[in-house]
Amino acid sequence: MRAIVLALGLILHACLAAGFPVEEEMLFPAPETERRELSILSTTDTGVLRPLIAAFQVREPDVAVRYTVASSQAVYAAIHDEGLSFDLVISSAMDLQMKLANDGFSAPHDSTATDRLPAWAHWQDRLYAFAQENVVLIASRSGLGGLPLPQTRRDLIELLRGHPDRFRGRIGTYDPELSGAGYLFATQDARQSDSFWRLAEVMGGLAPRLYTSSNEMITDLKQGRLVLAYNVLGSYAEPRLAGDDDAVVIELEDHTLTLLRTGLIPVTARAPDLGGQFLDFLLAPEGQRLLRDEAGLPRIDEAALSRGPHLRPMRLEPGLLVFLDGLKRRGFLDEWAAALSQD
Amino acid sequence: MRRAPLSLRLRLVLQLLGIAAVLAIVLYFTVRTVADQAAEATQDGVLGAATLAIAESLQGGEDGVGVDLPYEAFSILGSISADRVFYRIEAGGQTLTGYEDLPLPEAAGAAVAPVFYSRAYRDTEVRIAAVNRMVLVARKPVPVLVLVAQTRQGQEAIAQRVAQRAAALGLGSFALAAVLSLLTAGNVLRPINRLADAVGRRGPHDLRSVDQPTPAELRPLIFALNGFIARLRGALSRTETFIAEAAHHIRTPLATVRARAEIAMRQSNSEETRETLRAVIRAVEESSRSAGQLLDHATVVYRSDRMADEALDLAKLVEAQAEAFRPTADLKDLTIRVTGTDQPVTVRGDRPLIEAALRNLLDNAIKYSPDETTVDLSLATGTEARIEVSDRGRGLSGQAQARLAKRFARGKNAGDIIGSGLGLTIVEEVAAAHGGRFELTERDGGGACARLFLPLG
Ligand SMILES: Nc1ncnc2c1ncn2[C@@H]1O[C@H](COP(=O)(O)OP(=O)(O)OP(=O)(O)O)[C@@H](O)[C@H]1O
Ligand SMILES: [Mg+2]
Repeated sequence: MRAIVLALGLILHACLAAGFPVEEEMLFPAPETERRELSILSTTDTGVLRPLIAAFQVREPDVAVRYTVASSQAVYAAIHDEGLSFDLVISSAMDLQMKLANDGFSAPHDSTATDRLPAWAHWQDRLYAFAQENVVLIASRSGLGGLPLPQTRRDLIELLRGHPDRFRGRIGTYDPELSGAGYLFATQDARQSDSFWRLAEVMGGLAPRLYTSSNEMITDLKQGRLVLAYNVLGSYAEPRLAGDDDAVVIELEDHTLTLLRTGLIPVTARAPDLGGQFLDFLLAPEGQRLLRDEAGLPRIDEAALSRGPHLRPMRLEPGLLVFLDGLKRRGFLDEWAAALSQD
Repeated sequence: MRRAPLSLRLRLVLQLLGIAAVLAIVLYFTVRTVADQAAEATQDGVLGAATLAIAESLQGGEDGVGVDLPYEAFSILGSISADRVFYRIEAGGQTLTGYEDLPLPEAAGAAVAPVFYSRAYRDTEVRIAAVNRMVLVARKPVPVLVLVAQTRQGQEAIAQRVAQRAAALGLGSFALAAVLSLLTAGNVLRPINRLADAVGRRGPHDLRSVDQPTPAELRPLIFALNGFIARLRGALSRTETFIAEAAHHIRTPLATVRARAEIAMRQSNSEETRETLRAVIRAVEESSRSAGQLLDHATVVYRSDRMADEALDLAKLVEAQAEAFRPTADLKDLTIRVTGTDQPVTVRGDRPLIEAALRNLLDNAIKYSPDETTVDLSLATGTEARIEVSDRGRGLSGQAQARLAKRFARGKNAGDIIGSGLGLTIVEEVAAAHGGRFELTERDGGGACARLFLPLG
């Protein structure tokens, strides 16, 4: 492997000139004379994709990579509303990515790498999934104090009902109002079964802590502030809890959502061919191996889905647009708020 | 100049191909139209169902129209093809939710069943289903219009596939039809070709009627052809008979004239009168010879049409002819030397014809030889039978066989020797009728050498 790429980190807390909230922007200069620049807009933390960017630059030493991280809503708005120019847009918010593609903001892209993808991992030639991640429950053994680990939502509801004092203020989940991923998980949960609403009601009575990112929930669980965190991205939880004997990652058996992390090349791209090249790199065997081993993102694997009958992959289909509808969203969040404000 | 009419085969093939092409094109368009309609009907069905499902979810109330978009309505749209989906819900002229620029239907009647229309939208073309519902808002009916649109890429992909298949089908059926039409043309024309072949293969003198089995359509042609052949044969045989009769009728009075002239010459004292009578006798001899040769020639022509096909021993025939000419040869103190006749040499053919040929060859050899020489008559066999007549006469003086063998052609070396110029013609015709050939050349050491080759039987 090549030496670690010296990265110029620029952490910007202020807004960019274009006026959308950027969490982090980093420039990876070209290892050799720079001829081209690839600009990626992503919801995935720089640290996660850094090894892939480095490996990509080994192949394309004249490419500088500008990697911009923003929230899924900001990523969506940058393309949909502000028409900013990026060569590749990576997001875990499947619904927003689907809406970008559906509304014609994504350029077609075809290659041998995309041809290998199974049908459920792409939408037309506009939107491609490069990682599949399970949405899990994490729990702290010590926090549970010997109580059995819940394996289904029914178990979880009973556990919460039976020991309200133990869990009060110590369960965490996404705030669907503020987090795009949280909203997607909640709406898909609600679609899968009615137990979601019962769970929401029970949690509502236990003063849950609401978060906008999986990482914060994992931190709080590790530090003992949380006993349970519901709907956490497994790909973040697993590596961070790997050495922790106290924390367990649970894939609920009644259903466990599987999220597809997707990429698209916006029609506004200045170097769409570079964007396509990087996307192909992510989809190709080498990129997929690096994603799993270095970035900790599970690769696209049809066999994994058939091995886990509890897994419910969210499909890239127009159904995802439904909960993005303003009225629908308002209705859902009202219902969520009502369920949470029980007692 | 008149253009040659198209060949029957070409005409038939072209017409069949034309029909096949028309049918293939009709097939292509039929398949396409039907498939397009089916694809559109499928899309309309799903679009309509989605639109109605949304319309069902409309709710009235005190403060406005409520709608709870059903997930499945959209999900199902994705199930037939990965097409883009747009929607718009309009209540009382205001867009409640969805894509505000989605085109409305031209006539928004109160429809229970959805109306469908195609429009250009954004960068693509969409198929739209629209349904109109009344919803009670604060006890007043408000018209609500639900539109669901889907791009047509999936449908176009189907149409594309179908078009390719249809094209392949059309081309395939055309190719098949082309092959079949070629076969058909060949089949239909085979009897004609066979007939043409059968007639064409005939020898130049074969005037038998055509008895080829032919289809009914060709029978009038055969009938006409046979009638024509019969008339031709009749005309020919009348001509031959006439010549034969004419020759005969001429020879008899000529004999009388010759006898009288000879008597008159003997009795006459005047040298002048005798000279005249000598010329008369010579002319008579010449006429008589001509009549005889004409008769021979007519016989040869007539017989070669309906030749006998018997096994003949050439050795015997040659011996017999040599014998027959001995008296004539003796008059000139000529020797006829016959060789090669100790073994039989068999050929198949017509005896009178071969005899006529031998007669003419011996006649020439004797006629054009000076007194007291020898005429060699030899018979030999190898791959074919060869009869050679060679003399020590005046030779051909360099004249070509082709010229000498012409009808009534006499050589400039013939001098005062009586002849009609038909002898070699007869020989060549006999050779040809038997599938053999004839050669006349100078002989080494003076004289002429005539060779008649006949295939062995
Ligand atoms: N053996 C021969 N020697 C020399 N010339 C010959 C000989 N045979 C044929 N010819 C030449 O060929 C010519 C044609 O011969 P052909 O037998 O056809 O006619 P002909 O002998 O003149 O008349 P006829 O019809 O009475 O036989 C003769 O006129 C003669 O000039
Ligand atoms: Mg002669």
